[in-house]
Amino acid sequence: MTLQLVLLVSAALFSVGLYGALTQQVVVMVMMGIELMINGVLLAGGALWWFLSPTPDGQTVLLVILAAMTVEMAMGFAVATVVHRSRGSDLSDSATDLAG
Amino acid sequence: MIESILFWIFAVLAVAGGIAVFVVDSMARATYALAVSFVAVGGIIVMLHLDYIGVITILMMIMEMAIMAVFMVMFMGMNPALMPMDMTHSTRRSAVLATLTFLVLAVAIIVIPWPDRTGSAAADLTRSLGEAIMGSKMLVMLTISPVLFATIVASLVLANPRGRYDRYGADLDRRDPDGRAHPEDPIGGGIGR
Repeated sequence: MTLQLVLLVSAALFSVGLYGALTQQVVVMVMMGIELMINGVLLAGGALWWFLSPTPDGQTVLLVILAAMTVEMAMGFAVATVVHRSRGSDLSDSATDLAG
Repeated sequence: MIESILFWIFAVLAVAGGIAVFVVDSMARATYALAVSFVAVGGIIVMLHLDYIGVITILMMIMEMAIMAVFMVMFMGMNPALMPMDMTHSTRRSAVLATLTFLVLAVAIIVIPWPDRTGSAAADLTRSLGEAIMGSKMLVMLTISPVLFATIVASLVLANPRGRYDRYGADLDRRDPDGRAHPEDPIGGGIGR
């Protein structure tokens, strides 16, 4: 296990998540793609921390990434709920305009 | 040796699970595939000696997948495990973009001369994280907490089907002829209805 190997895995996760976030129509599936991307960032952060500078302070950055993941999920579900209530569907294509 | 084998198992599981999310034909299977991917990533994070963060990731993601499954059933209004479906758009362009992103990142990862390791890990990493949070890095947590609170409030406001602006109007001044506050409710309630 080297820094480059872990970073390659995280890059693969990020790219797969990007593909999912761009292609999926269902809002929940788009969120899954974004989750995968953030997970890749988390993994890269952990690898950089351990292999380059394993000081205690660096771990707090990972906590911030975890918090970002939580916020993304909560707001994503809330927006999906609003879209579903107002449009009767949970497809991103049915919510391309800003006006209600 | 064992560490290396474990890493490869986790790495393959993480990436294969991630790909499976967008390949399998039902949302329930996609949820499980994502859970497998997250648990594998949590395993690699634990192998990087980040025990606390790794365990938190695994626990959080398992709960998140369970909640996602509930939301899917709510929104789709059917048994998602039994309904194969294809709801995608611009797959070709997205695949090209994702592949390009991976190639650029991979080349950068291989080409960059990474610096040598500096500093040494604390004996008890979880304890040192706790001390950092409660000491020199307290501002980070103090910033995250209002963000999380704002998230709770914002998601409740968005998810609430009938908030006070729906009931009392944009200026919160909907009143009956007598001048009393009079919310517009589908079914009136309260005293004197």
